[in-house]
Amino acid sequence: MRSLLATLALSTALTFPGLALARPVTLTTTLNTYGGDGAYLALYVTDASGAYVGSLWMAGGKSKYYEHLRDWYRATGGDQGQIDGITGASVGAGRRLEITLDLADAVFDAGYTLHVDAAVEDMRDSPNEVAVPLTTKGAGMPVAGRRYIANFRYDL
Amino acid sequence: MLRRLHRWPGLVALALVTILGLSGAALSVFPAAERIAAPQAEPGLTVATLADRIKAAYQGVEQIRRAPSGRITAYWFDQGAPGAAVIDPATGQGVVSADPSTAERWLTNLHRSLFLGDRGRIAMAAGAAAMLVLSLFGVAMVARRVGGWRHWFARARGPLAGRLHVEIARIAVAGLVLSSATALWMTASTFDLVPDGAAMPFFPAEVSGETGAAPGRMPVLRQTPVAELRELSFPYPGDATDVLTLSTDRGTGYLDQGTGALLAWADPTGWERVTETVYMLHTGQGAATLGVVLGLMALGVPAMGATGVLVWLAGGRGRPRIRGNAPAGRAETILLVGSEGGSTWGFAATLHAALTEAGQSVHVGPMSGFAPERHAGAERIILLAATYGEGAAPASAKGFLDRLRTLDRAPDIPLAVLGFGDRSFPAYCAFARAVAQAAKARAWPELLPLDTIDRQSPQDFARWGRGLGEALGIGLDLSHEPALPATERLTLVSRRDYGAEVQAPTAILRFALPRMTLWQRLVGAGFARFQAGDLIGILPEGSAVPRLYSLASARRDGFVEIVVSKHPGGLCSGQLTALEPGDTVTAFLRRNPGFRPGRGRAPLILIGAGTGIGPLAGITRGNARRRPIHLFFGMRHPESDFLYGEDVPAWQDERRLTRLVTAISRGARPHYVQDALRGDAVQIAQLVRDGTRVMVCGGRDMAAGVADALAEILAPSGLTPAVLKAEGRYVEDVY
Repeated sequence: MRSLLATLALSTALTFPGLALARPVTLTTTLNTYGGDGAYLALYVTDASGAYVGSLWMAGGKSKYYEHLRDWYRATGGDQGQIDGITGASVGAGRRLEITLDLADAVFDAGYTLHVDAAVEDMRDSPNEVAVPLTTKGAGMPVAGRRYIANFRYDL
Repeated sequence: MLRRLHRWPGLVALALVTILGLSGAALSVFPAAERIAAPQAEPGLTVATLADRIKAAYQGVEQIRRAPSGRITAYWFDQGAPGAAVIDPATGQGVVSADPSTAERWLTNLHRSLFLGDRGRIAMAAGAAAMLVLSLFGVAMVARRVGGWRHWFARARGPLAGRLHVEIARIAVAGLVLSSATALWMTASTFDLVPDGAAMPFFPAEVSGETGAAPGRMPVLRQTPVAELRELSFPYPGDATDVLTLSTDRGTGYLDQGTGALLAWADPTGWERVTETVYMLHTGQGAATLGVVLGLMALGVPAMGATGVLVWLAGGRGRPRIRGNAPAGRAETILLVGSEGGSTWGFAATLHAALTEAGQSVHVGPMSGFAPERHAGAERIILLAATYGEGAAPASAKGFLDRLRTLDRAPDIPLAVLGFGDRSFPAYCAFARAVAQAAKARAWPELLPLDTIDRQSPQDFARWGRGLGEALGIGLDLSHEPALPATERLTLVSRRDYGAEVQAPTAILRFALPRMTLWQRLVGAGFARFQAGDLIGILPEGSAVPRLYSLASARRDGFVEIVVSKHPGGLCSGQLTALEPGDTVTAFLRRNPGFRPGRGRAPLILIGAGTGIGPLAGITRGNARRRPIHLFFGMRHPESDFLYGEDVPAWQDERRLTRLVTAISRGARPHYVQDALRGDAVQIAQLVRDGTRVMVCGGRDMAAGVADALAEILAPSGLTPAVLKAEGRYVEDVY
């Protein structure tokens, strides 16, 4: 269900020229035991110039807290339309978030970067926890986050 | 109606509001602790200086936050590792770790969501709504009970549970209304039901592209005092397009990291400000003292829950089923009940059963359903009417008086009114009296004169029943005992006899304390805790109706003592006065909180006649604090029925008794206690003006005579027994 929704949203959110082939990609985010409440996470993609392209997932249901995902919020202006249908629950400390979605082949090895912003109630905001270039070679390589994310990886 | 609106949400939400109250009280401590522990900024310190100090200490600072408590936290990155600390603004150095306390987080999650996420939040919001409803209806009930808003802080009376419930409520209710209303707002805000989202300025399209300006040079930061700061975020190192973000009490804006220029600014919306205020009022963050006060008030919630359940259990045994209730149109006798807690319905059921047994057809209904035109076959109407608070109609009699007033003429079916009440209230049976008066004013024929039942007394009820039987020409034996408490066997240890020579055989009976279970000792149940003036119910052989006597001893005296005079033909008094040491009786204890000397050192005026001396003697014997006691005692002849006469000299020697005034009714010039009072008018008036408490115990006529005498004595000082009663300084135990 989750991957289906994500696919639907991506076909509208991420439009790439020459989109022909798509492949299922699994995004796995594992959190530290940072000793706080559930973390809000925003997963989104920027292009080679750093401009926002689209959102992949929003973990956390209450829009009033989105401003704490500072980079995502700044890039989108908090636009709920960006995450319609790709919103889930916040992720508890020590838990893992796994999302499968169909991403266009054209996204890989083309200078795109996947970002994760994180925020936890009463703790520091952590925009840009993870910034990982989307390359076919980088698939399956865990990347450490800055504060809340133990590691992040994407598998093709 | 009010009562029902208060009771059901209360019982349903009891568990929720208890958790809310306890966790809320525990949470209220944190903002105060934070306020005390946090190093505060010196007055006049600007954000510019503070930011420079922190930046000097922590090169990679990313964010500075200031909590409403004044606590300043800095977050930084140092060689790839995140750090955070509470900052001493004087030095910019960290003092303690900034991680939120686990206990506070745990309590917060329990308090707002029971650890159940959104569903838990909704449940807790329902709990808050229940608390708000309970508070509002509770306020209306207290106002009605004490007789109006002006008497909001008047002394509460009645059984302990109900009194405690009211006492706690009238202090705590303000806090509970505030806490629950703000809780609902906060929930609405969490679920985006109020448009209070943060107003963010548009991100600037163009920046200077320069980097590296020191915060201490930026004019906006130099003009912003630390007291107004909420948050300052620094740009990413190496990103020349990024900006500084500043949030203060007055809004949010972006600053250029190269020039320090203000690039954009947004003021908070009105909604946002409301939510911030609500948040402060609810959590105490930024208003720590208020938070602690609210927390203390929240502690009242479990206490009110417990006492509320006790009140409900005591009153809610409720309305019994009436078997064989005749239809209103065909019944010969119509019984209409005005009951608040339900106990009067029990009396109605007993009366209904006895009359039905005697061959009558009887209809029982609430007084509020009074409709004389429906009672075509009725030969008599009997009203059993309790009173609510200071003379108001009880729940099941709402609208009765209005209905009566709208009738062109009173029904010509003869009427009897029986009032139920508690003599410790100044408005004893006031509603029944008002009904009887209204009936008289409309010339409603009278079957029996108004009579009253004090504290559900089975004897009073049986006596009234005999009168009713006579009026109807049938023998009517009403034995009603509302839920008999657990009884004990008491063994007589000694007796002292008086009064045989004046045809009033009277005995002071002393019983051993019964053996008590550990549980009784722990909770003070039964005879484990009693005072002089409490009541003892004796179940005589051959009757299910207990007789109540006033206790002449307290628990610490180590015995149970009563004074009994033998009534001609009296079943219970006959058996009691025939007891010999070693014999036993069946008895239970009933508390009588309305008849107590009270705390304090104010003098006491004790007035009693005959066996009424019992509790007064017990109070005098127990007067270890040497409070001045003026005892007025009416007897027939000092040679014969001077009860406790042998104890008086010792009490006076020990200064337990200041003065004894006796009134002798047998002799050339009969002299009663009320006469003795009049003879002492000046001193009594003085004592009363000085705050003395008056306690009267004895027969009904004596009590009425005493009230009249006191009214005369106090008239010059503008006081009346009614006023004293309302202040709780005039209490009676009358039989």
